[in-house]
Amino acid sequence: MIPAILGTKVGMTRVCDDKGAVTPVSVVSAGPCTVLQVRTPDCDGYHAVQMGFKDVKPHRSTKPLIGHAAKAGSGPKRFSREIRLSVASDVSPGDVLTVEQFVEGVAYVDVTGTSKGRGFAGVMKRHGFGGQQATHGVERKHRSAGSIGGHSNIGLGRGVKKGKKMPGHFGHTRTTQRNMKLVGVDRERNLLLIEGSLPGPAGGMVVVRISKTKS
Amino acid sequence: MSHPLIDAVEAPHLKSDPPEFRVGDTVDVHTRIIEGEKERTQVFNGVVIARRGHGFNASFTVRRIVANQGVERTFLVHSPRVLKVESKRHGKVRRAKLYYLRDRVGKSRRLREKRRVPTKASTPAPVPEPVAVAEVAGEPV
Repeated sequence: MIPAILGTKVGMTRVCDDKGAVTPVSVVSAGPCTVLQVRTPDCDGYHAVQMGFKDVKPHRSTKPLIGHAAKAGSGPKRFSREIRLSVASDVSPGDVLTVEQFVEGVAYVDVTGTSKGRGFAGVMKRHGFGGQQATHGVERKHRSAGSIGGHSNIGLGRGVKKGKKMPGHFGHTRTTQRNMKLVGVDRERNLLLIEGSLPGPAGGMVVVRISKTKS
Repeated sequence: MSHPLIDAVEAPHLKSDPPEFRVGDTVDVHTRIIEGEKERTQVFNGVVIARRGHGFNASFTVRRIVANQGVERTFLVHSPRVLKVESKRHGKVRRAKLYYLRDRVGKSRRLREKRRVPTKASTPAPVPEPVAVAEVAGEPV
């Protein structure tokens, strides 16, 4: 069994049990994924499975990708990711992975996606700084960071300390949400229902893995 | 905004016969209260001041005055805890959200009643007479 699957975030809704307790869930349209390549210690030095998700028209793909997918007997895929494994897997190129593997015994998952891009953001949004006062003589600096260091930082040499939190590009980074509760699996429609919100916009690609730390 | 897959997820949770009422109606909301082992029905009476959302997210807000204090409760239309919504009175209103009622005091709080022709769904549907179509159906024209 491969402990992961690729999918796209569809959006959020809520579901309830027969008693009326409501749970907010994210809907992930996951799989079917085609195994494109199996990496082995003999050939590559490690165990892994490379899988592709969602077909893409050949004229929108590239020749190297088409050829790579053809080796597994499949058409080119929109997304492909490699899943590292600790032991050898029983899959071979061309196999199709579905949400079936999440049906039994999986209670928690880790979800990796690309967070929403927020562009060039200030320190209040990007790092949660408090900003400055609204009054008491503060002028035109209500959302700025304040001091970024003294004239001579003892032991650090001169200048600003490396890694100082400052304004800059925020979001659109690989983000992993761990230990999300798997609420339901829809085998017919290839859906996973995961409690809570997931990184990225609706339609963004996510990798759903069986939780590393919680079961 | 809705997505076919999200609709599919919500479908089994939706009521087949959602309660029928509009903004401005004075309603009795019958809710199921579970206290440990026991279960009972509680009725919340008031004016519907807002409806929002669609699918399973659809909810409505009911406002009433308790001990001279405004109380608002929001219910999910499709929640199994909401057993029944009875429309007692139809108020004559001209907007979708009656938030202005929050600022009203005393007599001005009331809404003028509107006589509404009962809609199809609220009256029991007449039993359709069995129509003899079987003979015709076999031969397409």
